[in-house]
Amino acid sequence: MNSTAPVSRGEMYLRFFLARSRFSLDVDLTLPASGVTALFGPSGSGKTTLLRCIAGLEQAGIGEMRVNDEVWQSVDTFVPLERRPLACVFQEASLLPHLSVQGNLDYGRRRAGRRQCEALADGEAQRIIEMLGIGHLLARRPQGLSGGERQRVAIARALLANPRMLLMDEPLASLDQARKQEILPYLERLKAEFNGPLIYVSHATDEVARLADHLVALENGRVLHAAPLDKALADLEAPLPLGEEAGVVIQGEVSELAPEWKLARVSAGVPLWVHDRNFQVGDTLRLRVLARDVSLSLEQHKDTSILNIVPCIVEEIRDDERAGLMLVRVRLGGPGGAPLLARLTRLSVKQLWLVPGLRLWAQIKSVALVY
Amino acid sequence: MLSAADLTAIWLTLKLATVVTLLLLLLGIPLAWWLTRTQSRWKSTVSAVIALPLVLPPTVLGFYLLVAMGPDGPLGRLMTALGLELLSFSFTGLVVASVIYSLPFVVQPVQNAMQAMGTRPLEVAASLGAGACDRFFTVVLPLSSPGILTAAILGFAHTVGEFGVVLMIGGNIPGATRVISVQIYDHVEALEYGHAHTLAGIMLLFSFAVLFALYTFNGRRRHAGLSVGGLP
Repeated sequence: MNSTAPVSRGEMYLRFFLARSRFSLDVDLTLPASGVTALFGPSGSGKTTLLRCIAGLEQAGIGEMRVNDEVWQSVDTFVPLERRPLACVFQEASLLPHLSVQGNLDYGRRRAGRRQCEALADGEAQRIIEMLGIGHLLARRPQGLSGGERQRVAIARALLANPRMLLMDEPLASLDQARKQEILPYLERLKAEFNGPLIYVSHATDEVARLADHLVALENGRVLHAAPLDKALADLEAPLPLGEEAGVVIQGEVSELAPEWKLARVSAGVPLWVHDRNFQVGDTLRLRVLARDVSLSLEQHKDTSILNIVPCIVEEIRDDERAGLMLVRVRLGGPGGAPLLARLTRLSVKQLWLVPGLRLWAQIKSVALVY
Repeated sequence: MLSAADLTAIWLTLKLATVVTLLLLLLGIPLAWWLTRTQSRWKSTVSAVIALPLVLPPTVLGFYLLVAMGPDGPLGRLMTALGLELLSFSFTGLVVASVIYSLPFVVQPVQNAMQAMGTRPLEVAASLGAGACDRFFTVVLPLSSPGILTAAILGFAHTVGEFGVVLMIGGNIPGATRVISVQIYDHVEALEYGHAHTLAGIMLLFSFAVLFALYTFNGRRRHAGLSVGGLP
């Protein structure tokens, strides 16, 4: 079998083939061994199965997996889950029901040494418990916790095992909108602090836009797309089937605050105004701009309520999934700028004579702050 | 009220039931775990063999055991070859027979509890670094403890209530094989109805108390919403 596939330090290589009666998974991927990689796709696309293969919960008939220079699976090797230096957060409540919250947290922490993970220092453990806000729950039983609390304990338990890789299988899917908003900030803090790779399964575009650095889109057990998030979202050659949620994410830095208007100016090649949520100058933000919120204009209109009108250049024009609509990719500022997608009608494209290379203005109706 | 022979019979019965229950748990728990996890094609065969005493008349089971344990049976020959006493008409023989006879009453509740637990807790434990043996002791046993308790109670009570198999292979030796049920039979045969009443009454109270405890315990757990959770 193929044992010479290139995998260098800082990367992981996965190849799995698994056939079920109505479903098969067939993937061959090289992923960065750091940052957040989202496995994204509709239900039945194989994202959870792929995660289970990575964890070692599922033993693919043909499988190969290497992380940096460690072999986790090959023709003659299969490292069982309990020996892999990773931790999982599952979709629904997965706390051990016979143990208290403290007992659950200790379960993984005490066993860290068995798989070459260093045991966490007490101070560090305390800090994680505080970060997830579960200090007051330690003596409680899992049955008495709310869904959001349980998931926070599950995340803390995973972190206390001090893993080198974190796997999360739709950790927010079983929660209602309010609980989701409660957990997301914790996940963002975790993303900022966790050094190893975090593989995050989700079918929710907003979670992916908020958390992911790298995107693997799956469909029917095959990889549709695997690229850094900003590239994947702006790709018109092989567009992700996002429908109304097509759009880009833009990274920028807060350059100026306008407290009297509660606005902050973010520099992302061009300046963009966003709602100020008590930012500091220098903060790095992640912005999400949906294609449906962007319109293009040949002139810079001054007589509009839209705040963000920025110069850009047309790069590519493609038909949208929906007939009569087109997606236009422009670059903010000029050819090297951040990409932006605009969804226009075919008629508008014709009337404006849009062609690659044309310089014009993008009017951005709303900018969602995602980070 | 109770004669010395009655007291001997009660003591012997309690001793038998205790030894048998301990052996049943030692044997039944791993067996239930194997049945829960295995995908072997022998699973149905093993399940059916274990469940046989549920439907077989005790005399049939007793008869085969008597033949096997007798001097010309395979077990008897083995014991003779090892220089040991024959199992038939001995306390040890009674223990062996009772273990076989009560096995389904132990395996089934434990197996049910283990199945209800599902695979998720095991996956969780493995993802936190627990190997197979570790998982068995720190997750499987605590999570199936309600089933194990039920199994122990049923195994004990069923052994106390056994009659047919004992009579077939153990006979009626005071202090060795004459258990309460046989003692009652003897009293009735001798028309000592007063003695029979006392012992029968004790058995009736004991059985009711055991079942009452079992249903109260199971009912309370269900109310607490713990389908597979720990002890209340």
